[in-house]
Amino acid sequence: MPPTATPAARKFRGEVFIHADRCKGCGFCIEFCPPQVLAAAETYNRHGYHPPRLVNEAGCTGCDLCGLYCPDFAIYGVRVPLAAAAPKPETSRELAEAGGRR
Amino acid sequence: MSAPTAMNPVEPLLRSERMPHIWCPGCGIGTTVNCFARALERSKLPLDRVALVSGIGCTGRVAGYVHLDSFHTTHGRAIPFATGLKLARPEMTVVVYSGDGDLIAIGGNHFIHAARRNVDLKVICVNNFIYGMTGGQVAPTTPLGATATTAPYGAFERPFNLPFLAESSGAVYVARWTAYHVQHIAHAMAEALQKKGFCFIEILAPCPTLYQRRNRLGDGLETMRYYKQHSVIRNGASTRDLDLGFQSEITVGKFVDIERPTLQQTMEAAYRQALQQRYAGWRA
Amino acid sequence: MTADPKTVLTGPHFMDGNHAACEGAIAAGANFAAGYPITPSTEIVERFAMRAPLVGATFLQMEDELASSIAILGAAWGGAKAFTVTSGPGFSLMMEHIGYAAMTETPSVFVNVQRGGPSTGLPTLPAQGDMMQARWGSHGDYEIIALSPSSPQECFDLMVDAFNFAEQYRNPVIVLMDESVGHMTEKVVIPAASQIELFPHRYTRRAAADYLPFQPWPDGIPEFARAGDGYRFHVTGLTHNEHGYPAINAPQQQELVGRLVGKIRNHAEAIARAEECRLEDAQIVLVAYGITSRVALRAMQMAREERIPAGLLRPIVVWPFPEKRIRELAARARAFIVVEMNYGQMVREVERAAAGRCKTILMPHAGGAVHRPEAILDIIREAAQ
Repeated sequence: MPPTATPAARKFRGEVFIHADRCKGCGFCIEFCPPQVLAAAETYNRHGYHPPRLVNEAGCTGCDLCGLYCPDFAIYGVRVPLAAAAPKPETSRELAEAGGRR
Repeated sequence: MSAPTAMNPVEPLLRSERMPHIWCPGCGIGTTVNCFARALERSKLPLDRVALVSGIGCTGRVAGYVHLDSFHTTHGRAIPFATGLKLARPEMTVVVYSGDGDLIAIGGNHFIHAARRNVDLKVICVNNFIYGMTGGQVAPTTPLGATATTAPYGAFERPFNLPFLAESSGAVYVARWTAYHVQHIAHAMAEALQKKGFCFIEILAPCPTLYQRRNRLGDGLETMRYYKQHSVIRNGASTRDLDLGFQSEITVGKFVDIERPTLQQTMEAAYRQALQQRYAGWRA
Repeated sequence: MTADPKTVLTGPHFMDGNHAACEGAIAAGANFAAGYPITPSTEIVERFAMRAPLVGATFLQMEDELASSIAILGAAWGGAKAFTVTSGPGFSLMMEHIGYAAMTETPSVFVNVQRGGPSTGLPTLPAQGDMMQARWGSHGDYEIIALSPSSPQECFDLMVDAFNFAEQYRNPVIVLMDESVGHMTEKVVIPAASQIELFPHRYTRRAAADYLPFQPWPDGIPEFARAGDGYRFHVTGLTHNEHGYPAINAPQQQELVGRLVGKIRNHAEAIARAEECRLEDAQIVLVAYGITSRVALRAMQMAREERIPAGLLRPIVVWPFPEKRIRELAARARAFIVVEMNYGQMVREVERAAAGRCKTILMPHAGGAVHRPEAILDIIREAAQ
């Protein structure tokens, strides 16, 4: 079983991407985030739910446990080499606007 | 993951244009789909060669959301449909993804026979103890004492112990996890995808709208906390001992992982032995 | 495309209708069957179980008719030509999957060797009580193609036609046999494979990115893709759009069900087939199909010996019903006598098509035995007066 809750090797930092309008506010990601870097936003998404937001950027390990838990496919984490620039989120919405994947 | 763009690992598996899905807030089905996406990725199977077959019900809707050859069939009949598909397309990996009512109540006969035959199917059963799509009726998995719209005074029928049913029917791989155990689910699914024969994974998942609310058990998150606190991992436990009571301790783990020839192997061996060169094989 | 010579038992045979139906399926390229034993149809799958490994096919005896009738649909989406076989109660159990096949446009063949009912009825004896069930048995609106053989030779021939119709129209096709025809042994001549024309799968040639699995051609029928070829399509029994995605609303229902019904109704004339005997001057027109048509033919001959101008219309394609031909005949005949082994099913169709232009008389039989030609002759005489 590959461990996920352990901190990432120091060579990496975590990035988390949130597709706020997909969120239904179940709270799984916030509850089960190992370093507890997420909290419910005070704002509403277009369906009236409070999506998660990152409250401790430095704490995110990019373990993607939020991505595994999220029943609405609304959040995921990635590990980025410390030296690299922040990746752009390639969400389905942006893809659709660019002509769609299929 | 150092690419200039990042994508949700579930995204390549999704029909994104169909989001948002129909599942309620706090439902565990979507969580299991994340695990399935990770398992598929790890399996390295070409997605063009993976089919997903569902029956009817909330979990039955998984077929409509995955970007695979995907079949939303009739109530209870995902397994025999998948059996026909697998025999016609032996080179495909065929996954059956459905709920407890679909697979075990109306589809129970097909479930035991496919396990007996050892059809090479990966059967994933999301068990939420209730009929969700139709509004919360009692299921053959509803724990004794839990209420449902058609068991308003509490369920009084003994529920099935699904891992025991699967093993005694002939399954070669049997595991049970809860939606809390995401890494274990992904691992079990990946193992099943690599294994030949009838593999069965039961995943307990919250149905906050109909099971938990009616039984005053809180929402999806409280259920996930319950799973975390009350699940005990006992790999290799005897499946006889896996009965689930109302809010009882939940034994999870991998219980069966054996080798047995599949239906296709036994069929071909019998034909070859009886017919020798006259056996024509499968002409697709 | 024509049949595979390696699988076709070309030549004259002395065989019963059930065995002939099995050979017809094999000649048609059937490479998958699933079935559950039920009298009087079982010989078809028994023979297929024996023949399958010799001709590159697969047979699986399932746990029940529900399983059989959807295993063939799974196989069909895997590219197989697939059929199942049943009778009586088993046919009732298959109804849901006839509807699923119609809704999902899955080419498939359902053989029903009719026996007496209702319920367990007469397992070993004939009837024709499933004519309306074949047409209307599954819930909701759909169209069906059904063929009714009257001889073992036709059991062979019509199985080939059934598979061809299934592929051409992407629809379930029912072969409505009866116990008498199924168990009747006669000469059956199986043609050379090169003489057996087969309608191939309507496989798409489009790239996956351009393919919409339920987008129809102008004839109302969409192109087919098989699982595993990279199209990664979705199939559902829910009302769906051209992508195959559920769309639960009235306009989509109108579009889809309208097309499903239209693709058969608009081709009814092309599908229609009937045998006509002495209809050129007939005043009394017997309408009968399956085994009953053979008894009716004898009665017609007896009437002709008495100089009564009787004729016989034998629908071979029973659904869609040959209502155009009935309408034409109604304009000049004195009476239709509908001879069927039930208490009045096809007679309603004849009455509807005749629309009061001539008399329609039912000659029913509860099943278990065929009509007596003498009894039919009495009705012909009465009608002729």
